Parts: sequence; structure tokens; C-alpha cells
Amino acid sequence: MSAHAATAHTVHEHHDVGFVRTYVFSTDHKMIARQFLFMGLFMMILGGLLALIVRWQLAWPETAIPGMSVFLKETGGILEPSTYNMAFTMHATIMIFFVIMPILAGAFGNFCIPLMIGARDMAFPFLNMLSFWTTFSAGIIMLSGFFVEGGHAAAGWTSYAPLSAVAQYTGVNWGQNLWCISLFVMGIGSMMGSINYITTIVNMRAPGMHLFRMPLVVWSLFITAILLLLALPVLTSAVAMLLFDRTLGTSWFAPSGGGEPLLWQHLFWYFGHPEVYILILPAMGIASEILPVFARKPIFGYHAMAFSMIAIAFLSWIVYGHHMFVSGMSPTLGMAFTVTTMVIAVPSAIKTFNWLGTLWGGRIQFTVPMLNAVAFVSMFVIGGLSGIFMASTPVDIYIQDTYFIVAHIHYVVFGGSIFGAFAAIYYWFPKMFGRMTNGLLGHLHFWGTFIFFNCTFFPMHIIGVGGQMRRIYNPMQYEFLQHQQHWNVFITYSAFLLGVSQIFFVINFFYSLFAGPKAPMNPWNANTLEWTAPSPPPHLNWGDHIPTVYRGPYEYSDPDAREDFLPQSQPPAARAGARRH
Amino acid sequence: MLDWWLPENVSTYGRDIDWLFQLIYAITGVTFILVTVALVAFLIMYRDRPGRRARYTHGNTTLEIVWTIVPALILVVLTALSAPAWSRIKMSQPPSDFVVEVTAKQFNWQVKHPSSDKVFLDEMHVPVNQVVLVDLKSQDVIHSFFVPQFRIKQDAVPGRTIRAWFEVTKPGRYEWPCAELCGFGHSGMRGWIYVHSPDDYKKWAAENLGAAATPAETKPETAKPGDAAKPADKQPGGKAKK
Repeated sequence: MSAHAATAHTVHEHHDVGFVRTYVFSTDHKMIARQFLFMGLFMMILGGLLALIVRWQLAWPETAIPGMSVFLKETGGILEPSTYNMAFTMHATIMIFFVIMPILAGAFGNFCIPLMIGARDMAFPFLNMLSFWTTFSAGIIMLSGFFVEGGHAAAGWTSYAPLSAVAQYTGVNWGQNLWCISLFVMGIGSMMGSINYITTIVNMRAPGMHLFRMPLVVWSLFITAILLLLALPVLTSAVAMLLFDRTLGTSWFAPSGGGEPLLWQHLFWYFGHPEVYILILPAMGIASEILPVFARKPIFGYHAMAFSMIAIAFLSWIVYGHHMFVSGMSPTLGMAFTVTTMVIAVPSAIKTFNWLGTLWGGRIQFTVPMLNAVAFVSMFVIGGLSGIFMASTPVDIYIQDTYFIVAHIHYVVFGGSIFGAFAAIYYWFPKMFGRMTNGLLGHLHFWGTFIFFNCTFFPMHIIGVGGQMRRIYNPMQYEFLQHQQHWNVFITYSAFLLGVSQIFFVINFFYSLFAGPKAPMNPWNANTLEWTAPSPPPHLNWGDHIPTVYRGPYEYSDPDAREDFLPQSQPPAARAGARRH
Repeated sequence: MLDWWLPENVSTYGRDIDWLFQLIYAITGVTFILVTVALVAFLIMYRDRPGRRARYTHGNTTLEIVWTIVPALILVVLTALSAPAWSRIKMSQPPSDFVVEVTAKQFNWQVKHPSSDKVFLDEMHVPVNQVVLVDLKSQDVIHSFFVPQFRIKQDAVPGRTIRAWFEVTKPGRYEWPCAELCGFGHSGMRGWIYVHSPDDYKKWAAENLGAAATPAETKPETAKPGDAAKPADKQPGGKAKK
């Protein structure tokens, strides 16, 4: 491959580039990956604290939140309705756009793609750096919204117009404007990243790495990048239109000037549903990567796994209307969206059964990444099954806008994406930072997270079925909800313990970063190419020679092989007799 | 168990929704148990033990076909079962001349009963076993008409009049929250719907709607644009006319 020859040449020209170019404005995909990871983890702390504020209010409405009197001086720590709306709006916005996307697509996209396809870097390293700093700027703009007059955006992460389009409806002025500007900038950063990912995967695979020898995590990131490239611009345009409505007096969404409120919902969900798959597909890829390694078994149904992801990506464009069944959209159209939504459940089912098939007959090692990957599968099953309730239009009439939806989305994006992210962090930490993580702290973190995650989010199904609406400030204002208030208290206790469990992760992360035992080149005895580079890989990843690929990524426990793994780059010398070039 | 379940249903089509809910609950519940039992069993049976090697297999086409077709069939059946209820609830309304006009605003429901221009705030009165048509509007942001016990939810969209309907089978007083975030006062935006026996309703209407209570058909058109008295076929909500 010509790209191989070109980059192999540059390896000799590599020289020390100084602190700023190495750690700040780096064009090295691994450093950019670490930058995305740190940004995402930092924002996760913020998003998590916002969630805890929301939970406190729901369990013990209108009581002072410990420690919050510093920020809410006038009320002595009591959350007011407008601040409450801001808290849940920003919790979701931060978690979706500045935690899960930077960690899964940003960090692991950057880290895994070149290392796992055998490339020395991304196709456009400078664009890659620009993508991170654009996303970083978007994060700064988003955070600055907390400090402006009138507070941050408070119209929900979905920001339905006209609530979001006219300042006096929420009393939020610059907060919502900055929300729009930040997502606009984030959209541009994400577009740069996705173009880079697609180009890299198409053009820069190592010799022998044809498409169906790619690890499934690369497949998932490839498909995610295509979704990002085609979905994010719709949001980028929509937030620009919303900003124009708010500042320039246009009237896309406010009916007072002839606008159409449902147009926002169509644009938002046309982006928003692919977005859900942008959040979950990389986690699916990560699980498909980790399960075979620790079951010491080939992935079950490699082609079915790849094609089901392609099917999910394609279908994700035509299911978005299921968010709008009771919005006033034509009910006939609603029926059509039911059909497509039911269809998209099929590839999800295929993936689940193939993961089970991978475990069947394996030799399962319960390492921390494996536990997180298995948790991903089981939590995704719950999140997927609860989605079927919403796909059935008549049932959705009742559960739309209730906590059942909140439970569902958290089983998908926390139970799915975040467990996927934790699995990926524990799995690739040795390669990323050259040190092993602590197993005991990892187990404590996993079990705390797994147990309290379920205690937090499972009862939300119950209160949702009982009718509790999402985004309400005080459930005790409603007579029909008062009998289930004890659940809200239980959920809040669990949420706090879920938060406390993350302390194990923080300690483990920083302890291992500086004092963990040095990682060998291939600590998990895995097959994929990143484990043939040193830990951590140097600039341009491999020495003089890019590895050549001879087989698929999941050849574990081949009866003809001595070891129970067979790296992709190991020549089939014994059997084929000759080396291939 | 009652504490953990749907609130009591008191509407005609609520039965269809609850039946579908229970059906899906049963299907997903069984699926969940089967998958989880298999998962846990595999984790225990195939845990790492010395001297064992994992099975070397790349998949099984027959199994792939089975677990593609079986979920697909179940989902086709669910879609087919959902369609009639959806059609009955949202795609058409039964004939009725009992039309209530509800205009949502931050943070109240403004209600006009049939044959009366008097505006009630957060309060609606309807007779039992009577199809009630609701012409739903909003004067500012999107709100959502939600009565848990009626199993009704319909967004009120500014600039549109959307027709919804319900028929209640049991007299009583029912809570009527807004289900779509509509601003800082969203929580607590709540009304009550009083369902009376036909006689009680007549009595209530005579006392509260006053002399204006004439039959709906003869009610004069008011000058206000977008009023509820407009015929259904002029409404932009995409609803089939009766």
C-alpha cells in the first residue's frame, strides 16, 4: 500500500518536537486520544454532580442541598425551578456531547483506528489536532454559559422550540445562545474528526488488512463516523437557525412570525436518533472486541456482527419519528415510524445473541474489562427491550414523557455506552499509558457501579409506569404520584452511592497512571495489531516495519496453534511455508 | 403490586393500551429472563478452569437465521397488534358534538366548555360515557395534555389546533398534568377533570355555564381567529375528519 511506504519513510525523520507540540498542540493520534479522554472524564464529573443535584431535589423537594449554598446564595442551597431546569438540561447536554462522544468516538476512535488497522497516524494529523481543539473550545463555550446573567440553557437537552426560541419563555437569554454556539462549534469539530476517521480507514489499512479482517471496534467506529458526518450537520444547521431566531429575529420555529415548532423536532430528531447510535455503536464494537479476548474464543458470527451494525446505521435515519408520536405529527406517519422502529430491533437482537454465542463454550476470564463488557451486554438487553414499549405507538401514548423514557435512555447510554467506555478504558489503559491498572480497585469500581446503576435506574421504570413525568421539579405537587415518592428517595440514595463508587475509578486511574506496574507489550494475549506496538506506542506507532496482516482478528484457541491466540500479524509460516509480502 | 403498576384505567381506549402494555411486558419479560439465564449460565459453566480450551467456532448460519427470523416475526405481530389501537385513538375520532376547547399557556389550562364562552382555569367538567372531543391549542410554548387515568397524551402546539378525544367510563375527579417541559412553572401546571353522571353534568352546566348554554351547533362563530367552533376539516393538525 502506497500510504504505508510514504509513512514508513517519515519514521526516520522523526525528531523531538518540544513540550507544546508533544502535549498540547500534538498531531499524534494517541496524544489527541488522551486529550479527548481527559476532557471527557473531567466533564463526566461535572455532569454527574448535576445529576446528583437533580436527584436531591426529586427525593427531598425544596430542601437545602448540602454544599450548594455556596453557589445558590440567595436561596441558601435550595434549588429553584428555573435552576432545576438548568441542571437537568446541562446534565444531559454535557453527558451526551462532552462525555460520551469525546470518550467513545473521540478518545477511542483516535486511539484504536490507526493502531488497529496498522497505520502510523490519522490521514490528516493536523485536522485531527484541530478537531480536538475545536471540540475543546466548544466545551469552554458550553461551560461559560453557567456564568452569564439569567443562567444556562433550561429548555431540556432537546431544546424544543418555541420554549428555546424566545427568551422570555424561559427567562434564559445568553445561556441558550451559548448552548447553540457551543453545539455549532462542536458540530464542526466532530465533522473534522469523522472525515479523518473515514479517510483513514478507507485508505490507510496495513497490507493484508482487508475490510473483513478489521476488528469489529474499527467497523463500529467507521460506521459511527459515517453517521457523525451525515447527522451532526443537521444539528449544526438547526442550532444555527435557533440562534438566528433568538438573536436576528428570524422565525424558523416560533409561530408568532410564521414559524413551525415541529420543524425543530424534525431536525433535532433527524440528528437525535442517529446520535443515539453514535453513542452506542462504539460501545458495541468495544464489547465485540473484549468478549472474544477474555472468552479466548473467536467472535460468534463476525459477518453478522458487521452487517447488523451497517443495518442499524442505515435504519437509524428512518426511525426518528418515534420520538414524535404524540407531538402533533401526522398519526399516519407515526404508524410508518412504528414499522421501522420495530425493524431496527432485529439487528440489535442479532448482536445480543451473537455476544451470547461468543461466551458459549469459551474459557471466560473475569478481568475488569471483561466484567464491564458483560455488563454492557446485559444492560443493553434491558435498554433494548424497554425500547419495544415505545415502538408500539398506543403504549407510547402513555409512557411518552414519563420516567419510563428516562429509565430507557439511561439503560442505553449509561448501561450501554458508559459501561462500554469503562471496559475500553480498563482494556486499553496498558497500551495507552504503558501501565497496568489495579485489579482490586477495578473490581470495587465495577461492582459498585453495576449494583448502584441498577438500583438507580431500574426503579425509574416503575415510577414511569406509575405516571411520573420527566423534567418535573417536584413530584409531590401531584396527588397521583405521592404514593410512589419512596421510590424517588431510594433512587436518590442509590445515585449517590453510584457517584461514590466512581471514586474507586478516579483513584485507580491516577494511581495507575503514575505508579501502576509497567505494562508488557501484550498483557491480554490479544490478536489485534495495537498489541504488537510497544506500550505505550511511540510516535508513528511501529519501528521500521508496519505489521502485515495474515488473518482475521479473533483467532483464539485455534486447535492447530500452540498458544490459544494467533496474532493477526503472525505469519502462517508453519503451514503456508512461505512468507507473504 | 398495585403500587408498582399502571394507574387505574377509566377510559374506553385505555383498555387497548393496557392490554398491549401487558403483552409487551410479558414478551420482553420472558426474553429478558431467557437471555439473562443463558448469560449467567454461560459465565458459570465456561469460566476459566485449568486444562480446558475454548471451543474454536466462528458461528453457525442456522442459528443466525433463527435468531433473525424469530424476533422479526414477534415484532411483525406486535406491529400488527398496535396498528388498530393507534388508528382508533389517534387517526380518527368517534362522532360527538361535545367539543371542549383547551388552550394551554404558561402555566395553565384554559378551558371552554361546549356552548359557552366562559373560560375555566385548570378545570374541566365532562359527563361520563360521553365521547369528548378536545380542540387543543397553545398560546405560547408546547404543552402536553396528559391524564394518566385516561391514557391520553397529546402535545399542544402553538399555531395549530389538534383534535384529541377521550371517553371516560367512571365518574370522579382526575388529575390533569402537563407532560411537556414548558418553562420554570412546568412542574405544578396541573388541572382537574371532573367526570359527572349525565344528570350531574346538566346540573353543573346549568349552574356554571349559565344562559350561554345553548346547543353547540347553533353557537355563533366568535370573531377570535382559530376558535374551536371551526369545523374539523379546516384544522391543520393532520387529523382525519370524522
